Amino acid sequence: MIRFIDVFKEYDNGTKALKGVNMRIDDGEFVFLVGPSGSGKSTLIKLITAEIAPSDGRVMVNGFNLNSISPRQVPHMRRTLGVIFQDFRLIEKKTVYENLAFAMRAVGASNRELRRRIPYVLQLVGLDQKGDRYPGEISGGEQQRVAIARALVNNPSMIIADEPTGNLDPQRSLEIMMLLERINELGTTVLVVTHEKNLVNRFTKRVVAIENGRIISDETGGYYNVEKI
Amino acid sequence: MSRRFDAGYYISEGVHSIFTHGFMSFAAVCMIVACLIIMGSFTLLAVNLDSMLGDLESENEMVAYIDDSLTQEQARALQSTLAAVDNVSQLTFVAKEAALEDFKSKRQEIADVLNDLPNDAFQDRYRVHVVDIEKMAQTKEALEAVEGVSDVRAAIEIANGFVLVRNIATGVALALVGVLLVVSLFIIANTIKLATFYRREEIAIMKMCGATDGFIEWPFVVEGMILGLTGALIAFFAQWGLYQAVAKFAIQGNGLSLVTIISYQSISGTILAVFCAVGAFIGVGGSLVAIRKFLQV
Repeated sequence: MIRFIDVFKEYDNGTKALKGVNMRIDDGEFVFLVGPSGSGKSTLIKLITAEIAPSDGRVMVNGFNLNSISPRQVPHMRRTLGVIFQDFRLIEKKTVYENLAFAMRAVGASNRELRRRIPYVLQLVGLDQKGDRYPGEISGGEQQRVAIARALVNNPSMIIADEPTGNLDPQRSLEIMMLLERINELGTTVLVVTHEKNLVNRFTKRVVAIENGRIISDETGGYYNVEKI
Repeated sequence: MSRRFDAGYYISEGVHSIFTHGFMSFAAVCMIVACLIIMGSFTLLAVNLDSMLGDLESENEMVAYIDDSLTQEQARALQSTLAAVDNVSQLTFVAKEAALEDFKSKRQEIADVLNDLPNDAFQDRYRVHVVDIEKMAQTKEALEAVEGVSDVRAAIEIANGFVLVRNIATGVALALVGVLLVVSLFIIANTIKLATFYRREEIAIMKMCGATDGFIEWPFVVEGMILGLTGALIAFFAQWGLYQAVAKFAIQGNGLSLVTIISYQSISGTILAVFCAVGAFIGVGGSLVAIRKFLQV
């Protein structure tokens, strides 16, 4: 669960990125976070992943109070999240399997856990035949699937996808979004940051719109509903 | 999934990384070797200088003249009293006749004049060697205070000169070693920082997956230690060859035997231990300094 209570964020250079954001995302939800460039989307994600701290207000993520979280607790909080980036961020010199193993190793998984979990997750994202390929040998859509598999492999309670379809064509984007929807149906909370209106409108999900550091709309429906406001 | 100290994984990752970033590893080892050889050379120079000064110190003696009123037996009996004086390391009694003969042998050109001298022209005396020439003035005063000693001659100014030269040499060597250590750490940190830069994405991914700083740091620590120890071993043998060559050159041009060279073998254990310790320190220290920046995600 994520809770933002009257959250402000002002950077050292004086930029006010968030201006009193209140938001609640419950376990099991699928939420689109939409807004134009510079609206505060990235700041919001960085606050959730504890890359930055709020200037004011309270941020709670999966039971961790990020206002008072100690540096030692941050890794444990991050293990409850799986993060997907627009540029995939795969390690080019590792195979698909090794990329997933790398993420599991990072949280202290044993070889036995790797052998049990990775084939299951690869099958879930439809890449069970491509474990031995290198990222450069597979398509962009498949690379994003690997990134999703890596985010899932440590069994987080929430997936945060930051512009996950930004580098993909419409068909691959739809497939990725459907995969995220399926993951959500299996019980994982999903927060997708995007500004692709058409894609958002294909799903009837909760859409939180942010603009100029403020939440301007929060309702179940399509992106165009937001535009009307 | 439980968090545990997986030494096998850290070692495997550390070793793997050395070969994956082969050129940077090679550069880091070269830097460690160069720094250790420079530091080692200055240290060995200082050690040899100190040893030579030590030899000169031991040859720097005082002479305590015994009062003419004492018989030779009484003069000899003073030995235990003089030996008890603080800082005295060695005493040699020289009877007045022996002193005269010694003097004559060194002044052959005026032998005719010296032959006319009576046997008791010289005083009985003790040649006195001291433990620490820095305390020569106090020792001289203490010897003069002994009843039966009429005079003590000591080249205190020369002794002070030796002490000054040794202190300057030691100070300069220590300062150079200190400066080079800092410079080495800086260079190694930057070399490893370059290697780390290539892996910043991996580190960022690990951080996002929830890896602790310790988990991320350990392979770098292993890598730094292996690079440091490899550099130390290479530097040890290179230093050996260099030292032997310089020593051979110094001995060949040392007709008057003024220079004494400590053998490398006699101090090789200490050099190896110091090189390994310094190599590991700058390897691990450099790694940790380098990676610190990339952990701030």
